[in-house]
Amino acid sequence: MARVKIDNYAYRDVPRLGFTGWLRWMWRQVTSMRVALILLILLALAAIPGSMLPQWPQAPSDTQAFIDANPFWGPLLDATGFLDVFGSAWFTAIYVLLFASLIGCIIPRVMVYWRELREPVSAAPSRLDRYEPVTEAADRDPREALEAARRELEGSGPLRWFTGYRVRIDERDSKRADAGAELAMSAHKGHVRELGNLVFHLSLVGILLAVAAGSLLTYRGQALIVEGDSFTNAVVAYDSYEAGALFSQDDLDPWILSLDQFDAQFGLDGNPLEFTAHGMLTEPGQEPREVEAQVNRPIQVDGAKIYLQGNGYAPRFTVTDSEGNVAFEGNVPFLPQDEVYTSTGVIKVPDVTDGEQLGFKATLLPTAVASETGPISVHPAPTNPEIYLQAYTGDLGLDDGVPQNVYQLDESQLSPVRGDDGNPLLVAMELGETVTLPDGLGTVTWESMPRFAAFDLRRDPSLPWLLAASIGALTGLAMSLFAQRRRVWLVVPLAPAGPDTTSGSDAVPTTVVTAAMWAPDHDTAARHQVERALAAATGRPAADPSPEDS
Amino acid sequence: MTAQELSWFALWGATALYAIAMIASSIHLARVADAKVAAKKLAAVAAGDSGVGETGAAQATPASARIQVNDKANGIAKATTLVGALLQGVGVVARGFESGHVPWSTMYEYTITGTWVAVVVFLIVQRKRDVSYLAPGVTGFATIALGLGLTVLYAQSTGLQPALQSFWLVIHVSIAIIATGVFVVGAVATVLQLLRDYRDSGAGWLQRWNWLEATPSASKLEALAFRLNAVGFVLWTFTVMAGAVWAEHAWGRYWGWDPKEVWSFVIWVIYAAYLHARTTQGWAGRRSAYLSLIGFVALIMNFTVVNIVFQGLHSYAGV
Ligand code: HEM
Repeated sequence: MARVKIDNYAYRDVPRLGFTGWLRWMWRQVTSMRVALILLILLALAAIPGSMLPQWPQAPSDTQAFIDANPFWGPLLDATGFLDVFGSAWFTAIYVLLFASLIGCIIPRVMVYWRELREPVSAAPSRLDRYEPVTEAADRDPREALEAARRELEGSGPLRWFTGYRVRIDERDSKRADAGAELAMSAHKGHVRELGNLVFHLSLVGILLAVAAGSLLTYRGQALIVEGDSFTNAVVAYDSYEAGALFSQDDLDPWILSLDQFDAQFGLDGNPLEFTAHGMLTEPGQEPREVEAQVNRPIQVDGAKIYLQGNGYAPRFTVTDSEGNVAFEGNVPFLPQDEVYTSTGVIKVPDVTDGEQLGFKATLLPTAVASETGPISVHPAPTNPEIYLQAYTGDLGLDDGVPQNVYQLDESQLSPVRGDDGNPLLVAMELGETVTLPDGLGTVTWESMPRFAAFDLRRDPSLPWLLAASIGALTGLAMSLFAQRRRVWLVVPLAPAGPDTTSGSDAVPTTVVTAAMWAPDHDTAARHQVERALAAATGRPAADPSPEDS
Repeated sequence: MTAQELSWFALWGATALYAIAMIASSIHLARVADAKVAAKKLAAVAAGDSGVGETGAAQATPASARIQVNDKANGIAKATTLVGALLQGVGVVARGFESGHVPWSTMYEYTITGTWVAVVVFLIVQRKRDVSYLAPGVTGFATIALGLGLTVLYAQSTGLQPALQSFWLVIHVSIAIIATGVFVVGAVATVLQLLRDYRDSGAGWLQRWNWLEATPSASKLEALAFRLNAVGFVLWTFTVMAGAVWAEHAWGRYWGWDPKEVWSFVIWVIYAAYLHARTTQGWAGRRSAYLSLIGFVALIMNFTVVNIVFQGLHSYAGV
């Protein structure tokens, strides 16, 4: 049976396979490589819209805005998956097919490789003429010459499997006219390259599996902690929480994280220089320990990591109602809207003893200065903080049972509090100030201005596997691209080459060594291998490679 | 002189030197080509004189008449490229001192460092072999990119954003830049390969470009481009992986299909397709060469169009 050889560079140069083997090999190559190639190109094309159109998972509000702004294209693109490309059926189909093709391609190659490794390398071609052979005479016994060349090509040391050639030597009848017996050495290198290729492709499958496992086993949640407050790890405590299908909430460890202080440093131009959250972490059954989170330095806890994702101000307010009772007291996180931390927040005061509920929309300017268009903030640090409040009365809509966004005021059942001139009232406040609302609505006091830190929590047990598979892929890739694929052949006639060598019993025999090699075009250094093999066979020092042979 | 001024002058100096190198190397290329064409003609004439039968003489002539050209232009090209690279090195390092961090955190810095790496890669290849035919392309690219960088992209240095304060900035971005530099030289070789290939197969409009005679054969150029692209691809693979590790550290997810991530992936897949195409019948040669050029265009897009137009977490790398 003609052995099927998967040998990708070889097809142009080394027709050593029988006709059927060649056909099968062609079929394999043409079909699967071509399909793989087309799928790869499709994959690249299919990914591009994911960077050009807004995507649901990355930017839900932009995506919604896009759909609203494009009444025809928006819903159409949405329905066809273009607004969630990487979750769409067609993108999934392409990569699933690609990986199916990959597995279908790689498994037979692994088998072939396994078989080939255990068999001797194939014998030297009977004629070397096609490979630009080089001939040189050696004052040595033929066997000695070939053994020397074998040592040179096989290499030495513990890594010789990786660095050297696999060699075989046959004694056979020469095909040349002046026939006689000859010794033919065949040396192959390329097993490392092929191994690298297999490791690389298998590692790609590994990466895919790790990512898939990760999406099932992971959980992630977001929590916002104000300076002085703490957070207990439980699903209800998160502002948002999502978990893979195989993650159970019971696996959450109830540790407690408190935020003692949040340091934010900004340059004169307002660019952030450093953010550090100082806190205390208490794990069940353990002493509390001090922890620090920075943007590139997450806190490690119980297999999970806590990332510092955002920060801002959470001014503290006290609101009294018309009776003078404290109706609200607490920190209100304000969301920064720009680089200078112009921030907006909402205060909801449902618990008034008497009368209607109160709501406030507030804008915070950390470093307020007057400008032509009104006060603006010019720096994110709290140098001259001011808050502008708009008050509303009516029904906050909290009792409808519909979950509410804490950063938004539902104005449908509220009406703005108006000033003496009949316009909606806009109250400016400074830190520490108490303002009295008109119509006996009560007072608002801005007590202090702590910061908050927004944390992102994530546990993904697949990460070590993913890393291992990636390193495997990278190593395999480097091996498959940089390890050489070369063949070197040395042939020596066993019969003495000239009549004169038979004359004396102690005369050194003259052996004519013929050497040739094959390597892919890009391997320009390969020719020098013949020189080294010849030098070893004849026992002379090898010449330096010419500049072209590198 | 402040570090800022030093950097500025050194980079402009380098740009000027590259422009000279581009002209000188083009002249050299044209001379080599002329000499080769002349040698061919001579050979044809010799063959004609000595009768059709005597092929031996006809073959001997071009080989024995080693192509002699005046090396002055080549000398100028080599010297200006080398001095330009040294100056640019000074400019890049001075920018690093000026900003107090590695000089590759904005587009401007990425451009000055990336073109520098491209020129250095070219110089390294040139030490080993005569690749003077690549010189006009590489120095031309460097002149344009540096010039655009200095005029359009220049930005005052600022401190590093907290998200960039990581040793992964050093690793991930430096390898990305080196990969880009290698791909640039690979792309120049590929363009020459295609031009040469079409000329050799008789494309009319290329017959007037005699300078192409100075390049090696299309298959040699392909081999060179492959070696460069292979190195670039391994480096790019590392870049993408290191980026994922960094993203995991900084943002808490290793991959989020941010525009920059999408494009890095697209580039990677296109070059992977190129590698497969090289070994696929009917795709080896021209088609795979086109694929690698498409990959290169995507690479350039990734840090121009993607930075400027698309919003994403990477957009702080913007102008
Ligand atoms: C996820 C999809 C795939 C990716 C990302 C991928 C990537 C790569 C890369 C980067 C190389 C370069 C290494 C080298 O040249 O040795 C390569 C080579 C190779 N791939 Fe794939 N591959 C994929 C699927 C496939 C499939 C489906 C097949 C089966 C037909 C395949 C067969 C090969 C072969 C035979 C080589 C060796 C080419 C050579 O001799 O250089 N690959 N692949």
